[in-house]
Amino acid sequence: MKLARDTWLIFQRQFQLLTRNPVWVFVGVFQPVMYLLLFAPLLKPALNAPTQAEAYKIFVPGLLVLLAIFGGLFQGFGLIAELRAGVIERSRVTPVSRLALLLGRSLRDVVSLIVQAVIITLLALLFDLRVVLGDLLLAYLMLALIALMTSAVSYGVALKVKSEDALAPLMNTVAQPVLLLSGILLPLSFAPGWLQGIADWNPFSWAVDGTRALFAGDLGNDKVWQGLTIIAVLAALGVYWAARQFARSVR
Amino acid sequence: MIQTRGLRKSFRSRAGRETKTVEAVRGVDLSVAEGEIFGFLGPNGAGKTTTLRMLATLIEPDGGEATIAGADLRKAPGEVRRRIGYVAQGGSTWDESTAREELVLQARLYGIGKAEARQRASRALEAFQLAEFADRKCKTYSGGQRRRVEIALGIIHEPKIVFLDEPTTGLDPQSRAHMWDEIRRLRTDGMTVFITTHYLDEADALCDRIAIMDHGEVVAEGTPADLKREISGDVVQVGLDITTTPQAAQALDGEAYVRKLETVDDGGLRLYVEEGATAIPQILRRLDQAGLALHSIELHRPSLDDVFLTKTGRSLRES
Repeated sequence: MKLARDTWLIFQRQFQLLTRNPVWVFVGVFQPVMYLLLFAPLLKPALNAPTQAEAYKIFVPGLLVLLAIFGGLFQGFGLIAELRAGVIERSRVTPVSRLALLLGRSLRDVVSLIVQAVIITLLALLFDLRVVLGDLLLAYLMLALIALMTSAVSYGVALKVKSEDALAPLMNTVAQPVLLLSGILLPLSFAPGWLQGIADWNPFSWAVDGTRALFAGDLGNDKVWQGLTIIAVLAALGVYWAARQFARSVR
Repeated sequence: MIQTRGLRKSFRSRAGRETKTVEAVRGVDLSVAEGEIFGFLGPNGAGKTTTLRMLATLIEPDGGEATIAGADLRKAPGEVRRRIGYVAQGGSTWDESTAREELVLQARLYGIGKAEARQRASRALEAFQLAEFADRKCKTYSGGQRRRVEIALGIIHEPKIVFLDEPTTGLDPQSRAHMWDEIRRLRTDGMTVFITTHYLDEADALCDRIAIMDHGEVVAEGTPADLKREISGDVVQVGLDITTTPQAAQALDGEAYVRKLETVDDGGLRLYVEEGATAIPQILRRLDQAGLALHSIELHRPSLDDVFLTKTGRSLRES
């Protein structure tokens, strides 16, 4: 009960600050929109897809996962600013739940991601993408779990390194191979065997496969529950670890 | 209100390839009574903030124990948090929020209901003369206004004790005087106030009792008046060339009226004497006999800096 109340308090505050400056939601969505408008048209011939809609069914899920990963991983910067302003310390002298300090923030990130995902989906509809609503909602659940994990990890790392200068290269170094090994831009079915072998160890590759299956209307595909389970477990671990960083001393 | 025994904390810092252990606080014993303004005086790096952060549950002590407002620091940090307020040195407000929002949120983080939190915020805004710009963003406030918001945040839940870390550092003289009044008002409201400071005049004028801290240890504790009385007598400061200082020290050392003699780093002597008025003519005569010229001679009553000097061997102003 206390956890729910505290989480809500933190979420409310963070969300209010976000809506006061909503331009960031659109800045975040700008890059994926550019991919959608300027890169995706190349895909039909490149993937040998029968129609433009087919090509979007492959590309849009990958783009959304990309958005979730990156959107989450860079949330730590905001936390470092809060750390520097003393806001985190001010919260830590109160009896507020440490888990709530993390969850309230991560849930704000999840909500802002979903808003961005809806914008992208709506735009993709203009390009003849069609997807069953139930499947779409499950795909959004996947995205929410990814964002929850990546933003929690980003907050945890931010609390550890405490400086933007360290956080930026760290996150870029992690994000780059994760991105390339998840078949986001092009499906890994094109990849040679060794590359596929490595990608099998990348949880985001499973997430992308699962999301693609959902966009293809293939709800019964094993990839769906496998992807969801892997990401859910990792999200739980990420949240647990990051919440411990909030509880530990911050100097 | 606060009892500590042997509170210790060390940090590991890495310099190049070596890891060094820095003992920031080495066994602090303190007792702070209810309703007093207690000051922690010491130079930067003496371990004041570390001690304060331990007492405020922000960092865990390596050793020792403390009871704060009846709650055990090690066993019940949650209970301690409910009973104390803490105002950090570096600020605690968010640029894009307003004072009112910050106050309501802070009250709610302490478990206070929405309606009550709003009322308390309004009252605090009145009390700290912030009502006028309560709904403006914090980034528009002056340093003094911002510090007042931060103190209001620290006491919104009506704690028994409030810890203020260097509450007047960086304020202009007028805001500083204003802040002293605010701090005295907290005491009048029945709170115990624990401040850290490296200003001698602040410790002297504001605090009922002080502890002087140096290199992680408490070197003296008492009321400012008692501490000054301990080094009874007067202080005569003689200004000399750095080259003639050793000779002068030799000439005056061992004179009956000189109780203690110290060399000032950039030339000159500091003499602790029973009575300045009778000592000065004798000092002048002695230096004249030795053929030593002096630039100046000053008489003053012992200050907290003299207390610091006698306890640590250096001046607080120099460190």
